[in-house]
Amino acid sequence: MEGINGRRNISGCGLTGFMSEEGRLINGEAIIRSIEVLHDRSNGLGGGFAGYGIYPHKKDFYAFHIMYDDAEAKDASEKIIEERFSISGEEPIPTRKVSTITKAPILWRYFLKPELDECDKDISEDDYVIETVMLINDTIPGAYVFSSGKNMGAFKAVGYPEEIGRFYRLDEYEGYTWIGHGRFPTNTPGWWGGAHPFTILDWAVVHNGEISSYDANRRYVEMYGYKCTMLTDTEVVAYLLDLMLRYHRLPVEIACKVLAPPFWSEIDRLKEERKEEGNVFEALRQIYGSAMLNGPFAIIVGHASGIIGLSDRMKLRPLVAGRKDDMLFIASEEAAIREISPNLDILWHPRAGEPVIGELKRTSIKKQAKVINLKERIVL
Amino acid sequence: MKSYILPEFKIKRDNERCIECQVCVRQCAFEVHKVSQDGSIYSENDKCVACERCVTFCPTKALTIEEYEHYIKDNANWTASVQRNIWKQAETGGVLLTGMGNPKPYPIYWDHLLLNASQVTNPSIDPLREPMELRTYLGSKPESLEVEISGGSVRLKTKVSPQLKLEVPIMFSAMSFGAISYNACEALARAATELGTYCNTGEGGLHEKLYKYADHTIVQVASGRFGVHKKYLEKAAALEIKIGQGAKPGIGGHLPGEKVGEEVSRTRMIPVGSDALSPAPHHDIYSIEDLSQLIYSLKEATEYTKPVSVKIAAVHNVAAISSGIARAGADIIAIDGFRGGTGAAPTVIRDNVGIPVELAIAAVDSRLREEGIRNRVSIVAAGGFRSSADVIKAIALGADAVYIATAALVAMGCHVCQKCYTGKCNWGIATQDPKLSKRLNPDIAAERLYNLVAAWAHEISEMLGGMGINAIESLKGNRLHLRAVGLTKEEMDVLGVKVAGAPLS
Repeated sequence: MEGINGRRNISGCGLTGFMSEEGRLINGEAIIRSIEVLHDRSNGLGGGFAGYGIYPHKKDFYAFHIMYDDAEAKDASEKIIEERFSISGEEPIPTRKVSTITKAPILWRYFLKPELDECDKDISEDDYVIETVMLINDTIPGAYVFSSGKNMGAFKAVGYPEEIGRFYRLDEYEGYTWIGHGRFPTNTPGWWGGAHPFTILDWAVVHNGEISSYDANRRYVEMYGYKCTMLTDTEVVAYLLDLMLRYHRLPVEIACKVLAPPFWSEIDRLKEERKEEGNVFEALRQIYGSAMLNGPFAIIVGHASGIIGLSDRMKLRPLVAGRKDDMLFIASEEAAIREISPNLDILWHPRAGEPVIGELKRTSIKKQAKVINLKERIVL
Repeated sequence: MKSYILPEFKIKRDNERCIECQVCVRQCAFEVHKVSQDGSIYSENDKCVACERCVTFCPTKALTIEEYEHYIKDNANWTASVQRNIWKQAETGGVLLTGMGNPKPYPIYWDHLLLNASQVTNPSIDPLREPMELRTYLGSKPESLEVEISGGSVRLKTKVSPQLKLEVPIMFSAMSFGAISYNACEALARAATELGTYCNTGEGGLHEKLYKYADHTIVQVASGRFGVHKKYLEKAAALEIKIGQGAKPGIGGHLPGEKVGEEVSRTRMIPVGSDALSPAPHHDIYSIEDLSQLIYSLKEATEYTKPVSVKIAAVHNVAAISSGIARAGADIIAIDGFRGGTGAAPTVIRDNVGIPVELAIAAVDSRLREEGIRNRVSIVAAGGFRSSADVIKAIALGADAVYIATAALVAMGCHVCQKCYTGKCNWGIATQDPKLSKRLNPDIAAERLYNLVAAWAHEISEMLGGMGINAIESLKGNRLHLRAVGLTKEEMDVLGVKVAGAPLS
């Protein structure tokens, strides 16, 4: 399969993300400020964000963000969408003019409810949505669905991340979880779709690294119907998580241990000390060997009920985490966290392969009273 | 009848170096070297098989073997070997026999595939400083696991079927006691145990003295059912149903009665001196559903404690056949390519039947993935693996592990003279003659085998680290790490690889 531009995407990058475990909504300006500090980790060839809780008025609809190269691609995609969904609303994604962000594709969003016909009754709405995303991305030239979850959205472009955040007017959204990414691609020339995050349903992944196991991972997820149209490492991570957490119903901690498993020597030791636990890890590596991510990586994953930070099992890419009250912060550099929360309760460097997991404690999302003045210093 | 066959080799003796010690005379079971009445030594070229035993053991290095130069009028079609084979058949009326693997210059795809390495964007890993994991588990894997976390402890709720644990993804392929000597069998079993891998009995049964290596032994059930009994199935880590062999797809086996002495007779459960003939098909397997019955009979007999492998020769329809085998309940499929060796096979079959294992691995791996059943079976590739590079490329194409046999024999001393079927192996390997087989010291042979596989494992670690990978499972089926040179588009499509220099995609 040819990738976009026939090229696979590899890059070095800056990452940051945070969440309020109490579900307080935080203005998107905070994630821009945080990633702005990591300016030098990107080279102006891509950046992006994902926010959760940003569409409270449409929270029961799948929010599709789609980029189109031309009206033809838009027409063809909308034909598919109209056939398969009832549309509760559609509009251009609001943007503001930023001098450095150029060559924008048509950016459109849709709030959709699946209309499963008789033949589709045996598949879930989520599967139906994945099928549609794969269909559009795989078959319609010049169309790319880059966000498809409920009450969340991804925003990405070519440029420096802070400029991209302002271009998408993130200061006009409020979310309980935000993740951000600045890219230093060594390969793909600027194509908007190649920026992070990569998403499927409400999974959004930002990633720093190059997965040496990419083709083993790709061929593994493709066995289960996912199509890696982007040929980036990051896309494959999103599908792996969807497969393990949604289909196989593995606990989050366990799925992280699949992506970055303990070494056999540790498992052998564990089997001597705590046999049952050792057996679990042995079986995980036996069965999910093709899902292991090998090579340097640090990822931050956002999803509807939380946030995950994880580095490879040798920690070849940086990852730090911090807490302040109900806030959990994860970033590639401490500076990105300190910028928006200087007085942390705790800051730590997770060990290689040790996941940082934040969970939404409440199902109801609280509105944060504070309105952020764009000129003032943000302190979360 | 006057024979027209000319010698293949010529022995040159440097008389200035020769001390007439007669080592060559004693070493050659083919009786090439002789002492004349006046005490001087002479050689009969026409008996020489070029096994290099005398050359290696000559204390003064006075001997060399050369090709016999006889003039054949320039002809690309009617070469010396073609004419020789025709004379042999004209003089005997028989099928031409040979040993070892296909020697013809068919393309060797390994030599058209190049490996990747990390530069800048992805650090390579130094195996001398960082852990490098080659451990591999063979067996059927469930699609997913159910794991329960409660009260701070984790518990596995899925039962995983039995797995073979390999510390290196290299096993010793099937070679029977009968085809090879007891000492060779013992050396293989001991090396497999030391290495944390497995040897395979072939279809010759398991000598009682080797029962102690049961945990590192795969026992074969072949069409002749030689040496198969309850204890045999118990003294094994895994069972293998042999359907076919790369060197002779579609035909059975033949161990000549001369090789069936007391020990072989007892182990195979056949009379001394009788030919051991394995039928071409299993007489209880005439289709895939019959194979399934045998797989489950063996599983029942061993109470589902051991994985069951099915070994087939790589033939044209190998992908579809493998899918059927996976669905029939096999835990492992061993695919033996057309370069795989043998103790004895008709030359015409060895040299013309079957397909290269490289293409077979790729086709089978792709097919099982398309059908979504790749997790149900492990793929073991066999047939002509010459080096660690071949092994690592096989894994990148999609194999879980490989079997080696010719390389193991060469490690023990074999010089690939292809005369295994004569029973006169001067290296003490492919023989049952006690005078010859005692030449193979199992201590030394086991050490040589261990060294070979340990060296390959070391090289595999270096290459993996270079690719930025520290566990072998991340290379399995990872074809982006392979690039092709000098192959056609169709060949690259079957192998699932891109040409070197094409953009990453």
